[in-house]
Amino acid sequence: MSRAPSPPSGLTAAAPPAPRGATGRGAHSGHERLARGLGWFSIGLGLAELLAPRALCRTLGMEGREALVQAYGAREVATGVAILMSHDPTPWIWGRVAGDALDLATLATGFEGDNPKSAHLALAAAAVAGVTVMDVVCVQGLTADKRPARPGAFDYRSRSGFPRPAGAMRGAAAGFAVPADFRIPGPLRPWRNGRPVPDAPA
Amino acid sequence: MKALVWHGTTDIRCDSVPDPTIEDGRDAIIKVTSCAICGSDLHLYDHFMPGMKSGDIMGHETMGEVVEVGRDNKALKVGDRIVVPFTIICGECDQCRRGNFSVCERTNRNKALGDTAFGHTTAGLFGYTHLTGGYPGGQAEYLRVPFADATHIKVPKGIPDEKLLFLSDIFPTGWQGAVQCDIQPEDTVAIWGCGPVGQMAIRSAILLGAKRVIAIDRVPERLSMAEAGGAETINFDEESNVVGRLNDMTGGKGPEKCIDAVGLEAHATGSLDAVYDRAKQAMMLETDRPHVLRQMIMACRPAGVLSVPGVYGGLLDKIPFGALMNKGLTVRTGQTHVNRWSDDLLRRIEEDQIDPSFVITHTVGLEDGPEMYRTFRDKQDGCIKVVIRP
Repeated sequence: MSRAPSPPSGLTAAAPPAPRGATGRGAHSGHERLARGLGWFSIGLGLAELLAPRALCRTLGMEGREALVQAYGAREVATGVAILMSHDPTPWIWGRVAGDALDLATLATGFEGDNPKSAHLALAAAAVAGVTVMDVVCVQGLTADKRPARPGAFDYRSRSGFPRPAGAMRGAAAGFAVPADFRIPGPLRPWRNGRPVPDAPA
Repeated sequence: MKALVWHGTTDIRCDSVPDPTIEDGRDAIIKVTSCAICGSDLHLYDHFMPGMKSGDIMGHETMGEVVEVGRDNKALKVGDRIVVPFTIICGECDQCRRGNFSVCERTNRNKALGDTAFGHTTAGLFGYTHLTGGYPGGQAEYLRVPFADATHIKVPKGIPDEKLLFLSDIFPTGWQGAVQCDIQPEDTVAIWGCGPVGQMAIRSAILLGAKRVIAIDRVPERLSMAEAGGAETINFDEESNVVGRLNDMTGGKGPEKCIDAVGLEAHATGSLDAVYDRAKQAMMLETDRPHVLRQMIMACRPAGVLSVPGVYGGLLDKIPFGALMNKGLTVRTGQTHVNRWSDDLLRRIEEDQIDPSFVITHTVGLEDGPEMYRTFRDKQDGCIKVVIRP
């Protein structure tokens, strides 16, 4: 890709400095694609929790928590849809991070007592921890993508577009006759020194 | 040919599409030499404007060389160099004869949609939703120009594309934004938004003789470019009370003239109404975020003028119309009547009164277009204006 900081204008005082800092990104950045992937994952997991809570609870040795699992499923589906539908998924990915914490805390309660499925539970906790890492990487990446350039990184102070300093160009087109239909109508024009100012001819 | 094609929200791709052909005797086909991404294209990219269909070709700032002319087109010939105004005009209807080209009555081939959306149809636009005709846009190797015998600005050879390309939209749009203010020598003009149209509006207001120009944005490089053009600046990230700051700068009176060069996707920080707009937009209870309009109404000096070149698409909420009415403000809006101003502005470029290429920060090929949409939208890499050379 050829990025020209500016064409030589011939009028601006000097070609502007051109520090190019941003890395190239596709139409969707890697972080945005990851966010979409997490959105679909969220919907898939949520549907499983909504439709098969009993099997999930049995696998994890957490019988009696089916309603809670279904509630988490609804949360996952809602978050996933929001990620896929939103113009900016960042807040929703933060929502996923919070949800991950809730999931881990809930799974931790399953280790209490003598759970015969603690191996399954550990596997599930490890999987959630892994997804949490992906969520955090994603949200940090999305935030970094949106970070504005530091002040002064791009200095366009020489880009006036005028052949002379802007102050000297003030009024250079003052002779332009504003069309009648674009002018303030005569009776409504501001007065000067307490007297009406005659409307200029079209 | 290659073209930038809209496939969905934030999904624009460089695709191979069929070459355009002459469909009407008044048409012309141009080989595009330069085109640009406009700030209003971002409303389509983010899909805030309704009426896009997957497969639509983007772009309404285009120039090139005529390579084919329809049999009824006596105004152009092969080899002519033209800038294509973003508004498609017939040149014959009542509105065109009045110079109100952006509301041409005949060029929107989806007139019924336009009538439904806006009460009356407006002109057909290139690459700008099916509400305005669904015409393929100019971010492509070739472009069919409908009504080309009227819809063109002939430009001389020997002047670089970069100086002329913006006659297609942003230069006349900024100019009309300032002209609508009917600027008087004692006027302070406040301009919201220092994107490409805002930058052109700043220069136009200076040229038209405004006593002071105050530009409002939060992107440092845009503010520095505004200062280069002669504006004093307000960074609303540092000064959240913009209305108060404008009052401070004008002895408590407010600017006589205010220009909205932002439109429907206003970003604001620390502002309750901006949060409200975001929430309502997310719930599809409001199409546009009119933060700037509200601020302009409150900031403008009574009996002043609000000029709105920024694009709005639908329904706006919580507009302080009471303030607007009681302050006696005049509001002037509209898409740009490009051809009304183009001869005069071309002369100003030829006479070196202004060189609009100052605003270009990136020049890329078509294949990099999709990435540049994102860079421009996110204001990354110091991006203010992207020119594409197919």
